[in-house]
Amino acid sequence: MICRHWLEFEKPVEEAEKRLAELLSYNTEGQERSAAEIAKLDKKVRHALKDLYSKLTPSQVTQVARHQDRPYTLDYIQNVFTEFVELHGDRAFKDDPAIVCGLAKLGETAVVVMGQQKGRNTKEKVHRNFGMPHPEGYRKALRMMELAERFGRPIFTFIDTPGAYPGIGAEERGQAEAIAANLMRMSTLRVPVIATVIGEGGSGGALAIGVADRVLMMEFSTYSVISPEGCAAILWKDASKADLAAKALKIDAAELLKLGVIDRIVKEPVGGAHREPETAYKNLKTVFIDTLAELRELTPEDLVGLRYEKFRAMGVFAERK
Amino acid sequence: MIWFKKEIRANGEEAKSVKVPLGLWVKCDHCGEIIFKKEVERNLDVCPKCNYHFRISAAARIGMVADEGTFKECDAGVEPVDALDFKDLKRYKDRIKAYQKDSANKDAIITGEAEINGTRAMLAAFEFSFMGGSMGSVVGEKITRVVERACETGCGVVIFSSSGGARMQESILSLMQMAKTSAALGRLRACGLPYISVLTDPTMGGVTASFAMLGDVIIAEPRALIGFAGPRVIAETIRQKLPEGFQRAEYLLEHGSIDMIVERKLMKDTLSKLLAMLRRDTGAA
Ligand SMILES: [Zn+2]
Repeated sequence: MICRHWLEFEKPVEEAEKRLAELLSYNTEGQERSAAEIAKLDKKVRHALKDLYSKLTPSQVTQVARHQDRPYTLDYIQNVFTEFVELHGDRAFKDDPAIVCGLAKLGETAVVVMGQQKGRNTKEKVHRNFGMPHPEGYRKALRMMELAERFGRPIFTFIDTPGAYPGIGAEERGQAEAIAANLMRMSTLRVPVIATVIGEGGSGGALAIGVADRVLMMEFSTYSVISPEGCAAILWKDASKADLAAKALKIDAAELLKLGVIDRIVKEPVGGAHREPETAYKNLKTVFIDTLAELRELTPEDLVGLRYEKFRAMGVFAERK
Repeated sequence: MIWFKKEIRANGEEAKSVKVPLGLWVKCDHCGEIIFKKEVERNLDVCPKCNYHFRISAAARIGMVADEGTFKECDAGVEPVDALDFKDLKRYKDRIKAYQKDSANKDAIITGEAEINGTRAMLAAFEFSFMGGSMGSVVGEKITRVVERACETGCGVVIFSSSGGARMQESILSLMQMAKTSAALGRLRACGLPYISVLTDPTMGGVTASFAMLGDVIIAEPRALIGFAGPRVIAETIRQKLPEGFQRAEYLLEHGSIDMIVERKLMKDTLSKLLAMLRRDTGAA
């Protein structure tokens, strides 16, 4: 298990893994260590990690969802699909690097892919604007959805954003309109749409590529109307109450499945997708193939009708006649 | 997504839009004038000195545009539920009760059917005083129903927005109302029926980023604050002073985001004219 960055709550396991690494290095120096002893410690580390990850609090899930080593949209696109061709620009203002779009193949099927893209180092983070799109990013995504519909290609979207960017230019160029237009257009697309929350599903900026026939969530990702910090600042008047807000908001995959907002949870390897990305790619690819096969049974009219009913049914209220 | 009530009032600039009651007199916090209350009311809750458009109730709004005696409310029995058992400093259940006690409304919106200068239309008006006009399941459901009813009966839709955005106490369910209402408007569009969106002070967050910005025609009241992100959030993010008039109706008109700014006294006639001109049986050669 290679892990470059450990989270605070993972500290106890980190210590155990360090001891294991030490044992292994002594071994190469010729000191006798029984294979059994090493295997035992290795098992212990795996168990500790599995145990830890089986009972993460919502605020710990938030940290994993935002983990800097976590696979991002382009990682999934490059490892789940083949022959990716990136397509750029909204044809009106600019190309927004915070959303990537293009054509790719899932097995033998040509599809359209898109998603918010975060950066790994400082330079990339700035280039990708921390995965926070401007209106032109959403308009590029819309252009790709319409292209997919014209050519009858299924759409796969990857959601990973703290939210749409709150800035002067973004407001001036119609951030709200760009999101709204996508919500409406996605509801009428005559091709299968599969959305996957792979990290942070932040508010309207996430939903703008999330009106799908099937909404999947990686096991340790989150999806929420507002960040726990933002919610705490407003409702608790104290941003440090983010733990409480994360819990109250019910932002993890298991809660969202119960609420019927998502359709399926995709298993991650023990300790999160970043520890064994290959396993995460493989798991997601299997679910994609299944899900697409299911949706391909439906006519365009059924797809549009069922998608409408799916979102139509969301919400809980009482009614006195 | 932003949701504000007290926040907006605590903030210096936003506080201007609050009418301070002083018995028979009101102080316009925009121009500072003390004005006889009756005079303001006669003037459709617009300051006679500076033309500031005060925030008004949903009922007052409907009264200003519907022909007398024609408004029939729909879905009045739809009520909020604390589905997530949400508790911040207070329980959501208790907040609902407290607001309902102080309000004539069960939630932040009134919907129904009316005639506007003889043209039948579906109407929706936000009640900003109910939890900052925030959109939860009730608002989403009532808007969706009113739009679906327009599709069934073949008339246009007018929505007066006034909202801080999504209702955080309904968490993800409130976010999903954005998709739900936008999808309903997609159907209205497919039916070829007009939707006029009227943005009043303030229209923010998830409301702006869904049905409010999807009008065939988008109207705003003078000086209304309209945006996706709140001005405070933007200022904190970019660490810069915001431009003069930023996110105000006039600024949006200049930047091409809305079709027109209409004063309250001209609203009814403007709406009926637009609805009549966009009706399917008129104008076609
Ligand atoms: Zn005044």
